[in-house]
Parts: sequence; structure tokens; C-alpha cells
Amino acid sequence: MSNPRTFQIQEISAHPGPVPGAGTRLEEKVCKYIDVTTCIGCKACEVACVEWNDHPFRETTFNDTYQTMPSTEWNYYNLIKFAEDERDGNLMWLLRKDQCMHCEDPGCLRACPADGAIVKYENGIVDFQQENCIGCGYCISGCPFDIPKFHPKTNKVYKCTLCSDRVGQGLEPACIKACPTGCLKFGTKSDMVQIAGLRAKQLQEVSGFADAGVYDPPSIGGTHVIYVLHDIKRPERYGLPANPVIPPSYTYWKWLAKPIGLWMGLLGIGAVFFHRIFYGPKLPEPEVPELRTGPREEIDAGRKEQP
Amino acid sequence: MSSTAKDFDEKARGEFARFGTTRVRRGELLRHPVYTRFLHWSVAIFFILSLSTGFAIYSPWLFRSIAPLFGGGPWTRALHPWFGLLFEIFFFFQFLNWVTPMAWTAADRRWVKRLRAYVTNKDPLESEEVGFFNGGQKLYFWAIVLSGILFLITGLLMWFDHLAGRWIVAISYVIHDLAALLMLAGFIIHVYEGTAHQPGTFRSMIDGTVSEAWAWTHHPSWFRSVTGRDPREAYEREKQRQERGS
Repeated sequence: MSNPRTFQIQEISAHPGPVPGAGTRLEEKVCKYIDVTTCIGCKACEVACVEWNDHPFRETTFNDTYQTMPSTEWNYYNLIKFAEDERDGNLMWLLRKDQCMHCEDPGCLRACPADGAIVKYENGIVDFQQENCIGCGYCISGCPFDIPKFHPKTNKVYKCTLCSDRVGQGLEPACIKACPTGCLKFGTKSDMVQIAGLRAKQLQEVSGFADAGVYDPPSIGGTHVIYVLHDIKRPERYGLPANPVIPPSYTYWKWLAKPIGLWMGLLGIGAVFFHRIFYGPKLPEPEVPELRTGPREEIDAGRKEQP
Repeated sequence: MSSTAKDFDEKARGEFARFGTTRVRRGELLRHPVYTRFLHWSVAIFFILSLSTGFAIYSPWLFRSIAPLFGGGPWTRALHPWFGLLFEIFFFFQFLNWVTPMAWTAADRRWVKRLRAYVTNKDPLESEEVGFFNGGQKLYFWAIVLSGILFLITGLLMWFDHLAGRWIVAISYVIHDLAALLMLAGFIIHVYEGTAHQPGTFRSMIDGTVSEAWAWTHHPSWFRSVTGRDPREAYEREKQRQERGS
């Protein structure tokens, strides 16, 4: 794909005033917008996801809710989570479309030890490259949202790709295309944040949800999937962590302590090598005379370094 | 050590001695019987395999160079826990085999105090109280015991990560690394001391024997207990014999 800026007009002959469109920039960051308040739990997005990714329909698990299965799976990237809540003494259903959040600071990528198994694109999509995955599962423990799922047959980990294959061709993700209520939108991050802000304001002012807000957690640099929630003060009600974090062992330990450890190992090898050079061997005493070529005194004097 | 474990170790030594032999020539002493040598090298092989596969996963800078040796990243990842497990199993028997001579004593405390003189080769002869193992060897042994326990616990937690929580895995990973670095430090010194620094030591793990001079130089108290001779006296006698000869 050519850089769209290449043919941006820079100078114009005999043109009065500034160059039209100067300074315009392509917004590269993409974002998925999920308005949980208008989701009806139809699961069209689940079906679209399975179809687009060519996954077989897997067995569902019934556990007294309308949820298809307890959590997302290696071949089921997208799941509507049903939670029951109470509001003014009445039942309230919380329906949240659960999938990869495409964090700006991805814990899975920080934790991964395999070269090239996880990439993050300029547009913010975090994508797994299964051909480079070694199946260690570190990404699972690096993720604050419990999204990467291990497939025991292939020993690889899978998750939502934000339909990077569709987005690369200028299409919206499959789940967005399938959504009948418009609670899912896809566009640039700034547009989605703006729309989400307006919707949250509408919920506060018109619909009586005083605590409505946008979930775009700053603790991981924001996410490329944002939610409009009825109550931003208690995201746990929807199964979202209020303050998602990456374990420090995958950030500080990996990029600071590990190189230090390696250098110490190398220094150790160097140290024993030069120890031998500086101090010589510890031989069984007395040394065997047959090995000598001259009188003892001369050899001893030769062994001592002369100033 | 419990008597069952001791009995097992005795029996294993006996069984291995039936198949393998250790030829002790004149002027030599038996240091490590066949069973000990077998255990040592089994532990060593699986340690090096675990270390290499582990270091591939430990560091992105080593991943590309080491992982291909084991058939690529997925194979490296798949093999590492099995290598580790075999290391643990063999080391368990090595532990039974050596736990008695590795017991820490007051003499070892004094050995550690003389560490500077030991490292700078100040004294050609070891202190007369140094037995079958010196303080440094015992420190390394107990460091392996400690790391071995840490490796096993944290390794199993990372192997069966779906049973452990996310934070337990993240913490285990750090402890596993620290145990590996502790062992690596000891391993570098161990290999150096056993080969380049102390000639005559390596054959004790290959042929099982050492020269008498090696024994009275590095492990005088052990020399006394196996030969019944005084190590310093033996050394002086040999020195005089050499001087007369030259």
C-alpha cells in the first residue's frame, strides 16, 4: 500500500494563500466501539466471528445463563457475557461483548519470549503470528483480560485479531458488520472516543445513568476496543478490571534484569578464564619433577613475574 | 538421612559396581564409584539441556541462536520441562548419594573464611581439616538443592499454568530465572575448578580415581581417612624423595 501522504500537494505555482489541506494527516489508530447499553445480546457478532475466521461451530456450555460458554476459546474469539445486576430494586441485565481489547501497551506482547509471535501494528491492532508461537503460555498470564487461549492440539495460542485481514483491505471487522443495533462501531480511535463521549453524556443527561462513562483504561495506555458503560465507576460488574495491569515481571524484569543476568553470566565465564591466566592452576603438590626441563630453582624463578 | 534411603543408595552402588569397574592403579585412590559417576553425568547432561533450552526462552538475544539446535521454538519449549524433570529425578538420587559427605560442619565455616587465600592460590596445600568435599563444593551442592526445589515448584506452576493463576505464573517466572542464574554462577565455577584450575580433578569423574598427591593436596582429611597416613607427612616424604632424585 502506498503512503497516502506521498501525493499530498506540498507547493502550488502562482497560488495565493496557503496550500489547501496542508498539515492534514491520516489518523492511523483504529478502534472498536461497543455500547453495552444498546446491546440486545443477539450474538450475531459471535456467529459472524466464527464464520469469518472459518472456525467450526464448537459445543456450547449451558450454565443457567444465556451465555454461549463460560469464556472465549481458542476458536471462539468473541463472546457476549451475561451478568445480572440490580438497579433501583429491579433486575438489570448487563450484556458485554468480550474479546481482545487490543491494548496500547499489550501485556501479551510484553510477556512473549518468542521472536515475532506477537506483533502490534501502527493502527493499534495486536496480532498473534501462530507460526512463531512456541506455546509457552506466558501471554496468557501477561493479559489483564484473560483473552489468549491455548489450543492443546496445535500447542499455539489464539485470540481475536480485530479482523486485521479485513481491516487491511479497508473493511470493518466481521462483528461490526453483523451487529443489528449499531451498538458496535469501527473507525479511528479519536472518532470512536468522541462518539463514546457523546453517548455517555446522553446516558447521563437523558437516560438517567448519572455514572455512565467510557472504558478506555489509561493504566495500559488505553485500548483499541472501548466500551460505553452504564456505570464507569464499577466496571467489575461487567467483568472488566477497574485498573488492568501487566505484571511487572514482564516489563521491568524482562528488559532490565534479564540483560544484567546475561552480562553477569558472561562476566563469570571471563572471570574464571582470566583467573586461570592470573593465578595459574592448583597442582597436586609437590609437582611431579619429570615434567620439568631444568633445575628446580630456575623454574621457580621463571614462574615468578619479574618487575 | 533415613535408613531406607541409605539402604537404597548402598544397593544401587553395589548394583552399578557389578556392571562397571573402577581400576585403581598404584599411587591412586578411588574417589567416585561407578554409581556416583553415572549420576553426576546424568545430572550434568540434563542440566546442560535444561540450561540451553531454558536460556533460549529466557532471553530474546539467545532465542534465535539456541532454539534451532532443538528443532525450533516450539520444540525447545516442549522439551524444556522434560529435560528439567529428568534433571530433578537424577539429582534426587545424587542427593541421596551425597547428602552425608555434604553435611555442613565447623571446618567448612572456617574454609569459607579462608576463601580469599583459596581464590588467590595462596596456599599450595589445603587446610588439614578439609575432608571429602571442601566448603565451596558443599555450598554449590546446597545451592543446587535450593535451586532444584525452586525449579520444581515454579516450573510445575508454569507448566500447568491453567491451574495456577496469572500472577502466580508471573512471579514463578522470576523465581525460576533467579534459581537459574544462581545455578549458572555455581556451574561456571564448578566446571572451571574441575578442569582448568585443578588439573587431576576431571579424571575423578571419568575414571573415578585421583592421585595420592592430589588427595593430600586438596582433601587432606579425606586422604588421612582412606590411607591412614598423615597427609602432611606424606607430602614432605614425597618432596624429599623428589629432591633426592633430582
